[in-house]
Amino acid sequence: MANNTNVQIDVHHITRVEGHGNIKVDIKNGEIKECKLEVVEAPRFFEAMLRNRHYDEAALITSRICGICSVGHQLASLRATEDAFGITQSRQEKLLRRLLNCGEYFESHVLHVYFLAVPDFVGVKSVLPLVSTHKDVVIQALKLKKLGHYVGDVIGGRLVHSMASNVKAMTKVPTKAQLEEIILKLKDAKVELQKAIGTLKSLKLPHFERETEYISLYQEGEYALLEGDIYSSDTGLSSYKNYRQLTNEYLVDHSTAKRAKHNRQSFMVGALARFNNSHQWLSDSAKQAAEDLGLKAPCYNTYLNTVAQFVELFHIADDSIAAAEELLNMTLAVEDRTIVPKAATGVGVVEVPRGILYHEYAYDDKGYMQKANCIIPTGQNLNNIEDDFRALLLTIMDKSKEEITLMLEMMVRAYDPCISCSTHILNVEFVE
Amino acid sequence: MAKPKVAFFDFSCCEGCQLCAIDLTPEQLLDLIAVIDIVEFREAISEKSDAYDIAIIEGSITRDSDIPRLKKIRETAKLVITLGACSTIGGINALKNFQSKYAYQSDVYPTDPEKYETTTARAVHEIVKVDAFIPGCPIDTGEFVRVVKNLVLGRDPAIPTYPVCVECKKNENICVYEKGIQCLGPIIRAGCGARCPSNGGYCFGCRGVIPEPNLNSQQDIMQQHNLTFEQMKDKLKLFLQRNKEVFSDGE
Repeated sequence: MANNTNVQIDVHHITRVEGHGNIKVDIKNGEIKECKLEVVEAPRFFEAMLRNRHYDEAALITSRICGICSVGHQLASLRATEDAFGITQSRQEKLLRRLLNCGEYFESHVLHVYFLAVPDFVGVKSVLPLVSTHKDVVIQALKLKKLGHYVGDVIGGRLVHSMASNVKAMTKVPTKAQLEEIILKLKDAKVELQKAIGTLKSLKLPHFERETEYISLYQEGEYALLEGDIYSSDTGLSSYKNYRQLTNEYLVDHSTAKRAKHNRQSFMVGALARFNNSHQWLSDSAKQAAEDLGLKAPCYNTYLNTVAQFVELFHIADDSIAAAEELLNMTLAVEDRTIVPKAATGVGVVEVPRGILYHEYAYDDKGYMQKANCIIPTGQNLNNIEDDFRALLLTIMDKSKEEITLMLEMMVRAYDPCISCSTHILNVEFVE
Repeated sequence: MAKPKVAFFDFSCCEGCQLCAIDLTPEQLLDLIAVIDIVEFREAISEKSDAYDIAIIEGSITRDSDIPRLKKIRETAKLVITLGACSTIGGINALKNFQSKYAYQSDVYPTDPEKYETTTARAVHEIVKVDAFIPGCPIDTGEFVRVVKNLVLGRDPAIPTYPVCVECKKNENICVYEKGIQCLGPIIRAGCGARCPSNGGYCFGCRGVIPEPNLNSQQDIMQQHNLTFEQMKDKLKLFLQRNKEVFSDGE
């Protein structure tokens, strides 16, 4: 490598990601002087919003941290409150939450794979030019996204900021006809996804490898998304209650989002981490899709996070068909759980599309929020993104500035970051 | 006639309204791009443009440093439309305004409270002139498509001025008050199809109050159901801190 390489990159407000972030790179004489992902989103102070609010508003408020992970925030929030007050979920409640979560994964993964990531591989700036060149793919994507919204509407009243996710239990139940419709649509979706495998295979994903620590929710025997403990590929299993030891948040100057580290300087969360840690429990069709797409665990190519998301859609379709079929055989009625608040602390952990999410609440004896802490996946990934940048830059330094910039942007997009979310981590912490 | 150029901008928010804006059926998408030309939409496209006719703005203004950007958008665009509760009425971001700036800053950054810039969360119309509002947290996709189409055709955006109760009655729901739960439906702007009460919830005011809301009558309803005015005020805090009729002592 020529050591007279000088490159300066300054991408202001990366596009096709949720939220505002900048990339800054400075290479002098072949040496990386600076390499950062800056988070410049305005802080929102969710802790101030939650303080002294009643427990039945926690999910309503935290849902608004993020539009694309709103279901995940609600479910983590409900889990945290349930954990604090010692409330258990009925089978019906668990199955309904699985379906609502399915809606969010379809919306989010399809948006990311088709609208945000794929344009790079085709060499266009957005999904819009694809309307004329790949109309069938765009229509397929819209249909799959719509499926997410349909399931969200039926189970949650709507997908973005569902009003049915309530601490007393879901405020509505689907009819048999709606459940049958969901099953039918999910089966159709699997056919559509199957068709897309060929297209996805033909796309050239960059070669890149850097082994890192992978952290995800973990439950023996299932591809854990909504309950379980925490698994690290470096250190194994930890209780969900010990999430702070897995995150160790700290601040840096160039970011309004907190950073996290565990066993090393950085770790990765998200679809690739879930795949690496729990692939053995994917459904058969998801395993087949992974094989067809050449995705093998453990996979150290960050760019393949997008492929792992696609594979997950098969699993989520299968898992949701099973959930809907089980609900069909039950007599459903709106539940009204009795809640007795107490002065206590609870932790809720779920996997949102872009990685593991933690909510922790402390309530007083009347059920008013005293303390809250939410740790969002993108914040956990920030160090890993910068470490990937460094490793990648060493191999592409001699390319043109435009090519390097694109490779870095694609790297950020591969994480499917939710920057608007990640800054809220910082905002949701309050320390007494 | 050249298609008007439309640009999307976001300030402090969850970006959920942009997601709802692109939650289109293939027909709706093709319809929309037949009448407008989307030139900037950071969340979904990489192009950026300084030439646009219509600016659609999401998010509250929570930093003074965002004001020049907002003013530049206003100078450039012929038409400014707010998208969702945050930009339309201040929304949930304004919930922090009930506490002193120092209190919420030190909650978040105990070791360095003033590290990050922040100010009173405000709606867009408090800073620049707004031509049309699309309310809601989040917006309703159908309403979004209708408002944009109407505006492009030079028609009135047609946002209802009657309360949520009208739509709730039409849906034949049992009144939420009958379940002993408070609901802001009598004073909140319809157009959502009373979605929350129709799905087992209650109205918490995300679409803003109707013109000339009858707060006294709302208070009477509360009293009839053994609920206090204080409880109502507390619920109104969630989205309506910036409303002068509701919180006259707002900054």
